[in-house]
Amino acid sequence: MSWSLRDGLRDSLVAAAPYGGPIALLREPQRRSPSSRPQLEIYSASGGTIASFPWKSGPVVQLGWTVSDELLCIQEDGTVLIYDLFGSFKRHFSMGQEVVQSQVMEAKVFHSPYGTGIAIVTSSSRFTLATNIDDLKLRRLPEVPGLQGKPSCWVVLTQDRQTKVLLSNGPELFILDNTSCTVVCPPGLSPQDGNIVHMSVSFSYKYLALLTDSGHLWTGLSTLQEKLSDVDTKKTMAPKQMLWCRRPKSQQPSVVLMWDRLLLVVGVCNETIQYPIEDPCVLVGEMDGVRIISSSNQELLQEVPLVCQDIFKIASMAPGALLLEAHREYEKSSQKADEYLREIKEQSMLGEAVRQCVEAAGHEYDTNTQKSLMRAASFGKCFLTDFSPDQFVTTCRELRVLNAVRDSSVGLPLTHTQFKQLTLQVLIDRLVYRQFYPLAIEVCRYLKIPDYQGVSRVLKHWASCKVQQKDLTDDAIARAVCMKVGDSPGVSYSDIAAKAYECGRAELAIKLLDFEARSGEQVPLLLKMKRSQLALSKAVESGDTDLVYTVVSYLKNEMNRGDFFMTLRNQPVALSLYRQFCKLQEQETLKDLYNQDDDHQELANYYVTASYREKRLEGRLSLLQSAVDEYNKAKNEFAVKTTEDEMRLLRFQRKLDDEKGAGLLGLSLQVTMETLLSLGLHKQAEQLYKDFRVPDKRYWWLKLKSLAEKEEWDELEKFSKSKKSPIGYLAFVEVCIKCNNKYEAKKYVSKVTPEQKVKAHLAVG
Amino acid sequence: MAHSARRDSPELPDFSILKRLARDQLIYLLEQLPGKKDLFIEADLMSPLDRIANVSTLKQHEVDKLYKVEHKPVISTSDQLCFLIRPRIQTVKWICDVVNTDKVPGKSRRYKIIFTPQKFYACEAVLEEQGIFGDVSIDEWPFYLLPLDDDIISMELPEFFQDNFLAGDQRWVRTAGSALHLLYSLYGPFSKVYGIGRCSKMAYESWREQVEEGEQKARQAEIGNVFLIDRDVDFVTPLCSQVVYEGLVDDIFRIKCGCVEFGPDVTASDKSVKVMLNSHDKVFSEIRNEHFSNVFGFLSQKARNLQTAYDKRRGMDIKQMKTFVSEELKGLKQEHRLLSLHIGASESIMKKKTKQDFQELLKTEHLLLEGFEIRECISYIEEHINRQVSMIESLRLLCLLSITENGLLPKDYRSLKAQYLQSYGVDHLLTFSNLRQLGLLVEQQPGETLTVMESKVGKLVNDKTAGKLTDAFSSLAKKSNFRALSRKLNLVPKTDEEYDLRVPRDMAYIFSGAYIPLSCKLIEQVLERDGWTGLEEVTRLLNGHEFAVTGSSGVDSRGKNDTQRIILVMFLGGCTYSEISALRFLGREKGYKFIVVTTAITNSSRLLEALLDNHV
Repeated sequence: MSWSLRDGLRDSLVAAAPYGGPIALLREPQRRSPSSRPQLEIYSASGGTIASFPWKSGPVVQLGWTVSDELLCIQEDGTVLIYDLFGSFKRHFSMGQEVVQSQVMEAKVFHSPYGTGIAIVTSSSRFTLATNIDDLKLRRLPEVPGLQGKPSCWVVLTQDRQTKVLLSNGPELFILDNTSCTVVCPPGLSPQDGNIVHMSVSFSYKYLALLTDSGHLWTGLSTLQEKLSDVDTKKTMAPKQMLWCRRPKSQQPSVVLMWDRLLLVVGVCNETIQYPIEDPCVLVGEMDGVRIISSSNQELLQEVPLVCQDIFKIASMAPGALLLEAHREYEKSSQKADEYLREIKEQSMLGEAVRQCVEAAGHEYDTNTQKSLMRAASFGKCFLTDFSPDQFVTTCRELRVLNAVRDSSVGLPLTHTQFKQLTLQVLIDRLVYRQFYPLAIEVCRYLKIPDYQGVSRVLKHWASCKVQQKDLTDDAIARAVCMKVGDSPGVSYSDIAAKAYECGRAELAIKLLDFEARSGEQVPLLLKMKRSQLALSKAVESGDTDLVYTVVSYLKNEMNRGDFFMTLRNQPVALSLYRQFCKLQEQETLKDLYNQDDDHQELANYYVTASYREKRLEGRLSLLQSAVDEYNKAKNEFAVKTTEDEMRLLRFQRKLDDEKGAGLLGLSLQVTMETLLSLGLHKQAEQLYKDFRVPDKRYWWLKLKSLAEKEEWDELEKFSKSKKSPIGYLAFVEVCIKCNNKYEAKKYVSKVTPEQKVKAHLAVG
Repeated sequence: MAHSARRDSPELPDFSILKRLARDQLIYLLEQLPGKKDLFIEADLMSPLDRIANVSTLKQHEVDKLYKVEHKPVISTSDQLCFLIRPRIQTVKWICDVVNTDKVPGKSRRYKIIFTPQKFYACEAVLEEQGIFGDVSIDEWPFYLLPLDDDIISMELPEFFQDNFLAGDQRWVRTAGSALHLLYSLYGPFSKVYGIGRCSKMAYESWREQVEEGEQKARQAEIGNVFLIDRDVDFVTPLCSQVVYEGLVDDIFRIKCGCVEFGPDVTASDKSVKVMLNSHDKVFSEIRNEHFSNVFGFLSQKARNLQTAYDKRRGMDIKQMKTFVSEELKGLKQEHRLLSLHIGASESIMKKKTKQDFQELLKTEHLLLEGFEIRECISYIEEHINRQVSMIESLRLLCLLSITENGLLPKDYRSLKAQYLQSYGVDHLLTFSNLRQLGLLVEQQPGETLTVMESKVGKLVNDKTAGKLTDAFSSLAKKSNFRALSRKLNLVPKTDEEYDLRVPRDMAYIFSGAYIPLSCKLIEQVLERDGWTGLEEVTRLLNGHEFAVTGSSGVDSRGKNDTQRIILVMFLGGCTYSEISALRFLGREKGYKFIVVTTAITNSSRLLEALLDNHV
């Protein structure tokens, strides 16, 4: 251990996380004088200091680690404070109001498939459970009959997707679940054995060990259905700690008990092993053993795996052992190598031998032993034809990774079994969390993990961490990030920028956003940072109109109208998009928009459009008048005149409608004249012709057609003679022919100009 | 058809996958709403939908009743309503009304909106504003492309033109990019992409973005090069009267989604007949690209052939007769039916178009294109307006006049406009404002009377100097510069030679030999030069935004020969049937195969109707 503890582990509250996790240490938690505050220290599993700070909150009852390496500090008043690995405070929650008065007597942190949970017992002998602290639901368990103060011992069990508390009060054993409290009696444990003073449940919650004050150790299934063994330890003093020591498919499950100076390993048979200890120690239960932490060193106590036993047992004849021996002889250039090999081959166990060596190498901690086992395996492999090298290769790789993380500078003492359980992904996450970025990247590269899950992910975390470094300038960080991250796939600059913004570095965030290739990704953050102008131009740049519209509608709600319009004015794309929307949704806004822009032409057009929707004549006229005003401002004289004409025409039509019921309102000038003529109102038509300065040609065509259609031939003749026809007389001929009146047509043939005479004659036939 | 097609023309890719894909996607979406449901379909989606999935397919997937979206209260009794709509705010508002009406008596139904080809944020915003965002489920049906024929694919988005070019609303650009991406992922990679126009460039960029986001698969390319072109690069071509058969049919009967409805005057009965016009129609496929003057001769020849085929019956014995009936008769009958329909259509067209005034109209158009006798043209147009021949036609001539002449003289502009407003109502003031915005009908700024200057100068000096002068004068952005372009690209063939429409020399045949469509000429030139080099002057006159990018695939452009000669042309803002005919002609001449992708099939009436300010 690289730490140097002044007072050892004495008088300290210690919590170490399984899977080679970090160690938290709170010295003299009960000392309550305000003058000297206890120190909370966080170490890596190898004793490297990670964080250290004085404890300023209330008295702590229990420390614990969550599955995601967060430190839980449970206080006497039921408040739970959560710190991260680096000792920075994250959040806190309370275990319930009633705890504040009654105080927490004891607390336990436990892990279940649902995450990390906390169980407490109060001085009023009530238990409260929280199965998952990330999704906090407090459950107050029912009262235990006859229990005063805290129980003599208790554990948390998770069985059948239920979390229960097993507790003892004197010789009695209770199971406490959500609704009830039941007395239970483990098979084979008689009340004469005494009071239960200590209990322990295995890592997998499958096995239970109970210790009575008479020194009896009962082990069995945690369902209390079956007894495994019953051993008399002959120790009547309660141990400081009692833990299971087993591994998956354990042959020799055992329980480890620790007193001040003694460590006792009790197996299923009656034999016990005793280890004297000098320093106060702390036991940490792992899935495949027990970690023993003392102030000077750390040890792993575990049942020797079967393969290792087979190979290293004295005078073992297992194929693996023979292979190892064969290789050793081979190294010495001794012919014995061949003998050993032959022996294995004769039993046709060479494949098995290689497998054993590879597996054993995985379990070994010492690199030299690993090497010799792997070499032996590789040696044996040469004599096999179709042996799949996969296992050999993966074990080699994994061992390299494991050896790297076991290094005391990293301090993740994982066994191979733990590593398999933890998975590589989680290991990388843990490395990243501990900020071992280069190592994490190396691991990813070495194990050829796809960039997206591997290197890129690490880089992303690195960058997010980098932007939090307060001592560097924005420029330096931006440059560093850009250099490292480059354009690795799957690393989003906008995510990094968002992190920077969270840390209050808006300028840096903007710099980082510039590296983002997809402008669409930049927009949401820019909006959040209230850089709306920039967001808008980025959105326009992206060419994604939906995005532009998102920004526009955001701006609409954020800004006052004037600023909003001004912003839009600088962005024609956004402006026309918004206009389109307003045309359909908010006509009034459209008007304001034009007004703001002093776009009199469009404003006038707007009024004209509006006038068509207006049913009443007065309303229509006033809208048209507004249009005229705007056209005037736009210096569009032509439009002014036409609009005024239109107003005049409307009034005229209204008058005639009132007088004669002609139904003219809204018709065009031409159609009005046509209708008038067909109604025989020649005088009024004439008036329009003069008032609106209708071109002669048009009027003549109109009148000609209308008279011919009504077959008023006399009138037509009169009209033809009224003055010289501006449209010539061929038209007369043609129109007459169209109305099937050859006789009338002939009248005009003579008047047709010489050039068109042929046509006229042809038409008449 | 007498054209000598090059034998080595490459095969076109199979576009029916697009239909299958769209159908499967739609069915999947419909199945997301299990149980019986009523389906409301946006009116202009009816025909495209019909090409993808017919009523019985829809019924198989538990669609109970089909309704057209009519913006009226619904009478459906089903407790599940599904709306298949374009992302339009009006329609979404109507759906809001429907939902809110149901809420009053506390009726509970399930609603599903399927936006096609995509949803827009604005639509969702409306749903949110009206407080029904939580009541409806929203889906997108990525139905971007509808193959109308072997070589025509339409996005069926007529509003693209209006929204993008008139309102400056770029929301559809991404859609175009996505459509291109769909083609790319099915038939790509493309070896080279050319384009001209702002919108084209943006669509190209949007597509590239999607390519980079998605994964890339190495596959056999089925399309060589791509050409993107904005409609506003060439407004002249769609404004001209179409005289090629397919174009004429579109102008007169309006082809809708590759299907035309011939009225009683064509069918010579009292019923209307709907006919699919595509290459599967044997008669049609032979005359679609022909100048109208040839169509009759061809049809009568065809009729004679048919008669001979029928006549074979005579002198047959029983056995021969049997094989004849079983093998040939059906085909002949079918052909017979189609032939009589097309003859009917041609007669109907003849009645309408061979009258004196149509000839005069064409003559005026040709004069405008050539730039001669402008005053006569103006008085023709004036008379056209005064006699109220047709609102759209008059407008078309005005626009054509303005574009070819780089704007009207202020005097003419005012008087023609006044006449027009008197004829068709003052509300067209707004139409004129739209046209001016697009640069379709503008007033020459004082001191810029190009035509006058040009004609004066032109009379004095030879053509070349006049060209230079023209260039010097043209500087403003929204100017069409048609005259200069026409000279640069030789768009108007010399008139002194007789143009034999039976044996077309060049693409001008689609306009009776009077004008080579600018859009197609550009495509021809760029393909020939393999880029824009040598066309700098032209692109300057067209206001730039040209690009030519070699694809990332790194395929050697001289490598796989066949695919290299398959060219995808994408018109953003619509293209006309005449342009398609011209490209087919170009393809035959040069051994290319063109695939035309367009936002919609357009023609002069559709184009101008989109710009009318209909005050709803």
